[in-house]
Amino acid sequence: MTDTAIVKTRGEFADVIYHLVRDPLGCTGFVIVLAFVFAALFADFIVPYDPIALNIKERLQGPSLSHLMGTDQLGRDTFSRVLMGSRVALQVALPTIGGAMFIGILLGMIAGFGSRTVDNAIILFFDTIRSFPTVMFALAVVALVGPSLKTVIFVIMMTSIPTYGRVVRTQTLSLRNSEFILAERSLGASVARILGVHILPNVMGPLAVLAAMDIPTVVGLEAGLSFLGMGVKPPTPSWGSILNDGYTLIRNTPWIIVAGGIPLILTTLGFTFLGEALRDVVDPKLRGQK
Amino acid sequence: MTTLLEVKDVKVRFALGGGFLSSFGLGATSYIEAVAGVSMTIEQGETYGIVGESGSGKTTIARAIGGLHHAQEGSILFNGTELRGLRESEFRPHRKDISMMFQDPIGSLSPRLTIKSLLTEPYKIQGMKDRDLDAEAKRLLGMVGLPADFASRFAYQLSGGQARRVGVARALALDPKLILADEPTAGLDVSVQGELLNLLAGLQDKLGLSMIIITHNLNVVRHITDRMGIMYLGRFVEEGRTDEIFANPQHPYTLALLAANPEPDPDAQLARIELKGEPPSLIQRPSACEFHPRCPFVRDNCSVGDAPIWDTSVADHAHRCHWPGQHSAA
Amino acid sequence: MENDILNIRDMSIHYSTPRGTLKALRHVNVSVPKGKIIGVVGESGCGKSTLISAIIRLLAPNANLASGAITFDGKDLFGLSEDEMRGLRGTDISMVFQDPMQTHNPVLTIGRQMTDIQYRDDMTMEQKTKRAVDMLTQVGIPDPAARLNQFPHEFSGGMRQRIAIAMALMARPKLLIADEPTTALDATLEVQIIKRLEELQADIGCSILFISHHLGVIAELCEEVVVMYAGEVVEQGSVREVFHSPQHPYTKALLECDPGHIKEKTRNLPTIPGEIPDLVNIPAGCAFAPRCPRVFDACHTQRPEWTRIKEGQHALCHLAGKEAVQ
Repeated sequence: MTDTAIVKTRGEFADVIYHLVRDPLGCTGFVIVLAFVFAALFADFIVPYDPIALNIKERLQGPSLSHLMGTDQLGRDTFSRVLMGSRVALQVALPTIGGAMFIGILLGMIAGFGSRTVDNAIILFFDTIRSFPTVMFALAVVALVGPSLKTVIFVIMMTSIPTYGRVVRTQTLSLRNSEFILAERSLGASVARILGVHILPNVMGPLAVLAAMDIPTVVGLEAGLSFLGMGVKPPTPSWGSILNDGYTLIRNTPWIIVAGGIPLILTTLGFTFLGEALRDVVDPKLRGQK
Repeated sequence: MTTLLEVKDVKVRFALGGGFLSSFGLGATSYIEAVAGVSMTIEQGETYGIVGESGSGKTTIARAIGGLHHAQEGSILFNGTELRGLRESEFRPHRKDISMMFQDPIGSLSPRLTIKSLLTEPYKIQGMKDRDLDAEAKRLLGMVGLPADFASRFAYQLSGGQARRVGVARALALDPKLILADEPTAGLDVSVQGELLNLLAGLQDKLGLSMIIITHNLNVVRHITDRMGIMYLGRFVEEGRTDEIFANPQHPYTLALLAANPEPDPDAQLARIELKGEPPSLIQRPSACEFHPRCPFVRDNCSVGDAPIWDTSVADHAHRCHWPGQHSAA
Repeated sequence: MENDILNIRDMSIHYSTPRGTLKALRHVNVSVPKGKIIGVVGESGCGKSTLISAIIRLLAPNANLASGAITFDGKDLFGLSEDEMRGLRGTDISMVFQDPMQTHNPVLTIGRQMTDIQYRDDMTMEQKTKRAVDMLTQVGIPDPAARLNQFPHEFSGGMRQRIAIAMALMARPKLLIADEPTTALDATLEVQIIKRLEELQADIGCSILFISHHLGVIAELCEEVVVMYAGEVVEQGSVREVFHSPQHPYTKALLECDPGHIKEKTRNLPTIPGEIPDLVNIPAGCAFAPRCPRVFDACHTQRPEWTRIKEGQHALCHLAGKEAVQ
């Protein structure tokens, strides 16, 4: 309660960052995610070597001072490829999760707050999407429009919508008859206001965690689709293609698969920590307890 | 005195959940009648108590008046306007005249908003953008006796009594003509309960508003209301002037409720009236007098034949019983 | 002492919280004689829940016993091992909770739940079922044998609470803790529960610790009453003495606030102004002093003594016994 005075002097956003950084897990997550975004944005300037330049003389070298993570079978510097790969990861993860979340929130809130007919129709839509196997769906889309990064993004986004939509719908359903929503209705608040001001902030907590934990799944999916030749085309480096290269050579040069795996694990941890901390910080009640 | 609200024979029905198909208009749907014909009149500046236990329909009738439930039959005349059947957009202008307070003091406040945002929501919703929101929040907090620095707190940081006061302040924001208070003392300690009732009574005297208080506790209505109605299975079983009903209860259910909150005196001769069984289900209403399966004074003609008539022969004291007033603790 | 089934002496329970030590219970004395019904009265934040958790020794992990002891049936409760304590719960000490809608497992039939809790007894299934039927009959469930096959959601709130009482008393415990057992129920159902509880207590002969904020029910059901305020027992005595001549100003104020007590119609009901103190920063002296109408200098500096007024009535007040608080 002594915090209320401080809250007033800072903005809501600054307050969230302040509490986030004070939480050790949140701080760790925040730093990792910042590093990831930084690497993706400025990869061009910080890579020590050209990530697609071949150098057969120096192929399959172990980690050394000149090649921090060694080189692959074509002599490309793995560290540079990992840094560049973060760009693909970000390019895929951000629009897919952002888009899926946005559509999921919209449909979920309409389903949860609307009439039973609307609700059932939307649930039917979710279940239909859910019942497509992702890879088969991807193959179908690729067959129609050809392989590209955009196709990968579209496919992953579409298949992720039900995950978010269902969570939002359940939360909305449980909130729609709560007394504070009735109180708003009795004041004449519009549906948009009820959904935007009163329900949305209360569903964001679980969604943030869900999104954070989805990032590694999305990066993994991208890797899988790229492996099948449906995503990023070689020689563009992505974490998925690095893992695939490393996989074939795991007996001779294990460092490639390690080098491709570490950033994936780190980003997963980073976003998960950040998501968990965000959930606590965004809720004023939980924030008060920290 | 002028009549502010006139409720006539209002019925509210709810569909019992059907299957997946029924949501698309297929298959049969059955209904229960949560409010099965309620009439009452509320004068300007008057306080009306609706008393009943869970499932009696008291909250439903209040929400029907407040436009949160749709009433299928009857008439709700507020200030000369028929409210029943209005669409949400047509109802909105009346919302600033009718304020509602809900049961859970903390749960009826949006958890992510500060008290200031909560108190000024009504102005934002009703589009009164010219108001000085800080000043309004301060004025409202002052009216209910809370310090101005509460404005920056969140609902969960308040005690039940404080949250309830915020609820009262919010209900007053738009200078309503009628306040509908659903269990205003629920969840409050005895010592705070009195404080809240005093506050409501004081504000009413000062502002001249009308109130409907919904409660299960007869002791609450006794001190604060002018008229009251006692509900059972969606109907009034007794209705009239509060002091008249307390002095001369006619229906056995009223007697049982009166005996249910005894004086805290170990030596008092308690005439507790134990009702039989449980409240019946609305799906299968009992025959004849709907109270007969639980009535401790049941007689032969109570369970068969006609339902008791709604006897309005005495002014300000109507009731629905075959044997009004003839209930000895036998 | 020998007549007490439960004896709590000088017990203090503290919680460690980020804000500091929260002194939830301070030097609490309560005794429950064998075969008697003792009422506990107090408003929110008075420490009732901590008291119950301490008796069944299910305190939160951040709680610690700062002083005192609990003796149950001659045994020091805090000296028992976890296994011994578990042996007591549900056999010698059982509980009825406030919310009957949440006390039963929703996916098991009532019959299954009532026979399951007899797992300690060496009886055949038929005998266990018969006992369950007997108990349900005693609490007034019509057609009990058939209803054993039903699930909790098929019973109303009042019925579920009666089933909870039947289950709690099935093992014939020495002490029943009833935590606001009628609060979630309608007033007309409350009457039924109180009557059943009274009959069963007389039959089994157990002691009951009956926690309630409803003074009328305490007056009707209990022989003795314990009044709690802000983590302290401020008064204990026979219901008659405490309700007719309360010695602590809080007890007096609480009685006056009870709407059942106010006979004349009034638009100005009595209240207790102020708030309960913050249990992390308890004022020196008497905890009730900031709200007390009879406060004087010593109240702010000295902690009052647990004073014996007369046989069977004690109060925690500087004025207790010195002059009539009235």
